[in-house]
Amino acid sequence: MTHHELLRTPLFDCHVEAKARIVPFAGFEMPVQYVGVMEEHKAVRTAVGMFDVSHMGEIDVVGRRALEFVQYVTCNDASKLVPGRAQYSGLMTRRGTFVDDLLVHKFDDEHYLLAVNAANKDKDYAYLCAQTEEFTHVEVNDRSADYAQIAVQGPKALQVLQRLTPVTLGDIKYYRFVEGKVDGEPAIIARTGYTGEDGFEIYLDPTAASGLWRTLLEVGKGEGIMPCGLGCRDTLRFEAGMPLYGNEIDDTTTPFEAGLGWIVKLEKGAFLGRDALLRQEAEGVGRKLIGFAVTGRGIARHGYPIWYGGENVGVVTSGSHAPTLGKALGMGYLPVELATVGTQIEVEIRGQMVAAEVVEMPFYRRAR
Amino acid sequence: MAQPTDRKYSRTHEWAMLAGDVVTVGITQFAQEQLGDVVFVELPAAGGAVEAGKACGTIESVKAVSEILSPVTGEVVEANAALEGRPELVNQDPFGEGWLVRVKVGTGALDHLMDAAAYEAFLAEEGH
Repeated sequence: MTHHELLRTPLFDCHVEAKARIVPFAGFEMPVQYVGVMEEHKAVRTAVGMFDVSHMGEIDVVGRRALEFVQYVTCNDASKLVPGRAQYSGLMTRRGTFVDDLLVHKFDDEHYLLAVNAANKDKDYAYLCAQTEEFTHVEVNDRSADYAQIAVQGPKALQVLQRLTPVTLGDIKYYRFVEGKVDGEPAIIARTGYTGEDGFEIYLDPTAASGLWRTLLEVGKGEGIMPCGLGCRDTLRFEAGMPLYGNEIDDTTTPFEAGLGWIVKLEKGAFLGRDALLRQEAEGVGRKLIGFAVTGRGIARHGYPIWYGGENVGVVTSGSHAPTLGKALGMGYLPVELATVGTQIEVEIRGQMVAAEVVEMPFYRRAR
Repeated sequence: MAQPTDRKYSRTHEWAMLAGDVVTVGITQFAQEQLGDVVFVELPAAGGAVEAGKACGTIESVKAVSEILSPVTGEVVEANAALEGRPELVNQDPFGEGWLVRVKVGTGALDHLMDAAAYEAFLAEEGH
């Protein structure tokens, strides 16, 4: 993809004004950092940060058989949702692997909003459309261009955002959402996020996005609010042990392998991939996603080989210096017999074997 | 940005400062800004040989790995041990405490490098 074909979010000018470093990501020109990954990361862990996540995809599923359709294409049990609840789930292939991971928001029995990864949005939409061929009374609409999305995350997110909305934010429990006004504009306010902190994701009309962005910067000044880029979005989700599509999960990995068995509800009835997942549940997985700490010198990165007893046994899916924990950590797949806390492994870092140890995940859990 | 005039510069944004027959090597202010928060630095051991234009170590920021290209040819006499515990010195003081290695060189080892004015012009040309 050449540069001029890249899309811009409605907040692009705000990022340029703030002197963000802009990189191509998922077909968009996105801010990777403003002042620095470490400082932005810290702001979210200790105070509040705000992210432009307008590149994310939003897909509506509407119609009389909307619930039935969502149940068929995802692995979690959407029938458990009541209006105003969100659910983490997987869009499944017939092999029980991930087309994408997503948040399913229920408005009512005939309307669900799927929040999907930017890089997968077109693929997801085409996949969903193809599945509707076996369904009547359901329609799938790509609404991505109708929504900007701003994530306000951190222990002081509620306090700051409360100044801009008549909605009592404390009443919105984790993984719930309401429709209400933010900064005078209609919005969906969801208590969700991808940082391991408390926070909100606000979906609103693209024309209202830059106004809210600027207002947030202003009203959050006292709390030290910082605009945060994709760089710290990744380090934050990594510390919190949240999978990233393309790293920990893809269309070759199943939820069981990725430690996401809790989003698979085999008893809910037929769904795409159920047979494969039933089989895997019975037979057991061959490999498992693990977390590790580098005990030698160096930083493991995505794609580096993992060795055990002189054999290449796996691969690093994500690896980074973890800013909150101050050490080099990683995630990767290991044969199930090695996937236990305490296993001593080696990571091949640019040709050199560096010692590492399987540790508990998530690496970071916020105090509640 | 003003570049210190007491040293010379490579097109890959390393600096080299000569004292006697030993050159101190580091990366420039521009380079550290581009890298972002440095969290790990891997340097050659004393006694090792380095060659101008060839990789002599790596600097890792939170998000990326970058090679350090030695601006000079010679023998490493010292690596900056302070960076092991405090890699952020590369960001905080790239022209001072954040130096990387000291290299013993022969005569004319810096001749191929740019002076501060030429480096400044080079940065401007590159659009920075």
